[in-house]
Amino acid sequence: MSGNQPHIAPIKLYLGVFATLIAGTWLTYWVALQDFGWLNTPLALLIAVVKATVVVLYFMHVRWQSKMTMVFAAAGFVWLLILFAFTLQDYFTRSWLPIYG
Amino acid sequence: MSSTVAPHAAAPRPDLPATDGHAVEPRENYLNVDYGWKSWLLSTDHKRIAVMYLITIMFMILVGGSFAILLRLELATPAGDLLQSETYNKIFTMHGVVMVFFFLIPGIPAVLGNFLVPIMIGAKDLAFPKINLLSYYIFLAGITLTLIAVAMGGVDTGWTFYTPYSSTYANSQVALAAIAVFVTGFSSILTGLNFIVTVHKMRAPGMTWFRLPLFIWAQYATSLIIMLGTPVIAITVALVGLERLFHIGIFDPTYGGDPVLFQHMFWFYSHPAVYIMILPAMGVMSELVTAFSKKRVFGYHIMAFSTLAIAVIGFFVWGHHLFVSGQSTYAGVMFSVITMLVAVPSAIKVFNWVSTMYRGDVWLTTPMCFAIAFLGLFTVGGLTGIFLGAMGFDIHVHDTYFVVAHFHYVMVGGMVTAFFGGIHFWWPKMFGRMYPENMGRISAAIIFIGFNLTFFPQFILGYMGMPRRYHFYPEEWQVLNVLSTAGATLLGTGYLLPMIYLPWSLKFGKVASKNPWGAKGLEWQIDSPPTTFNFDKVPIVTEEAYAYPEGSRHQREAEVV
Ligand SMILES: [Cu+2]
Repeated sequence: MSGNQPHIAPIKLYLGVFATLIAGTWLTYWVALQDFGWLNTPLALLIAVVKATVVVLYFMHVRWQSKMTMVFAAAGFVWLLILFAFTLQDYFTRSWLPIYG
Repeated sequence: MSSTVAPHAAAPRPDLPATDGHAVEPRENYLNVDYGWKSWLLSTDHKRIAVMYLITIMFMILVGGSFAILLRLELATPAGDLLQSETYNKIFTMHGVVMVFFFLIPGIPAVLGNFLVPIMIGAKDLAFPKINLLSYYIFLAGITLTLIAVAMGGVDTGWTFYTPYSSTYANSQVALAAIAVFVTGFSSILTGLNFIVTVHKMRAPGMTWFRLPLFIWAQYATSLIIMLGTPVIAITVALVGLERLFHIGIFDPTYGGDPVLFQHMFWFYSHPAVYIMILPAMGVMSELVTAFSKKRVFGYHIMAFSTLAIAVIGFFVWGHHLFVSGQSTYAGVMFSVITMLVAVPSAIKVFNWVSTMYRGDVWLTTPMCFAIAFLGLFTVGGLTGIFLGAMGFDIHVHDTYFVVAHFHYVMVGGMVTAFFGGIHFWWPKMFGRMYPENMGRISAAIIFIGFNLTFFPQFILGYMGMPRRYHFYPEEWQVLNVLSTAGATLLGTGYLLPMIYLPWSLKFGKVASKNPWGAKGLEWQIDSPPTTFNFDKVPIVTEEAYAYPEGSRHQREAEVV
């Protein structure tokens, strides 16, 4: 569907999003109680990413919007990536030289 | 109507009084269409909201300016006599917070942008008029919270809120000030959102992207920065507040945090925020220089693309604020190199403005005097920024008055000068009156001289090692500090003059015509002041921006002869 007319979603969709989020929260809680070793953090992050994706695509209707809207929505995540990448390239290279920056 | 506006562009608008070109005096406009406080406070007219922003921001300039006067008075003598260290810390913090968040950042977008973005693209309002009004009230809420924080004792962390001082040790109203900054951020996010959607969706027929005035490009690029950066500062100050209140471990090493992480997150927004302040000023500059050189802007496309380039590259340089903070040397080198890169598009703009003026029909009106002052001051500010982007030099002058002088040259010499130039340029359009032209020129001259007297000595002081943010200093630095304080007095006078003669002109100024400067652009084809919906008929744009006659004035004269 094009971005020109607003997308009317059935209430079932919102209930589905709500159910996914609640299930994700319980899953996060359960995962936090188990010990998966080094997988602890990646697993928690994976669940969070799935929840965020559901919110962006369905609750915020980005799935049914124009390409331009998708580009803008994606830009937010690219910029988050810039923040992470350039901050981490400080942390990861601090020990390369035996002096402080 | 001029050639760019087709007289039969749209069906007659039943909501507007019928007009066949000759106005009845005084014609209904956005100022006299309605009276009473409700018609203003609940107005969704972008022009009225711009005027409310103008009044509010002028008030904040006076607040922030009085803090500056106290600082300069204290620094007139080497001893700490007028203020003690704790009060001094609070005063410079509040000066920074008020000026940055309530004047420099919203100044041009919220006042000139709100007024001009719809008019310049041929629309009758912004895309979301109610959200525009909401952004004004959120701005007011931010101001209220800040003033409450001041009344309750103020903040002493510096406007940068560096951890661990802000999150652990400071005993002042940090949480309240952080909430104020958080709230104010939403005001600029809503303005940015409004501008982006408006420029995408509401351009008049024929107003293609590359016919947009450069002022619109600047507002658009600024809005992108606002949308992509402001959420990060909001999250960062929220985390500082949460760490103060609940001791979660983000920035405090005791709980597993890292104070340098704050600096990364803070400057991820706050370096691009420099471009939120200066890009709109550059947009104003392009309008002033073309209008008063009566020439097409030199290199329209490269001006538009350099605007976008500054907006994007500006996000990759924040680490130049962390050269002495324990950041890795490799990261420092990379941030330093990219910092040099971002100077390129800024320099392109300066060269193009000068090239536009070259052999133009330069008319030294008040706005043009401000524009020329901008060229000089911004160039000094920009070039000293390259000094500071070099790691070795930065370690020598880090946290000295050299840095203070540098960013005042960019912010005050750049943004504030362009703001005053723009206010003078569009004043006849906004209020339908002319101001006393000679007073304007005199105040521009006073501001230029006063500014240099205030801040040039600070470059020397900083190079000699005077640290910023102290209320006393060794006696041998007094001469330069007295010069700076004297300059500040002159500068303050220069800023006060327009605040007197501009309101005066509202009643006593000569009535302005539609286009007192003979400038191009849709805003100069409609009434001064405009009617509520700006255009009687939807304009159809058939020519480029700045479609002044081709060639320089000398070439044109040669052809005539
Ligand atoms: Cu910076």
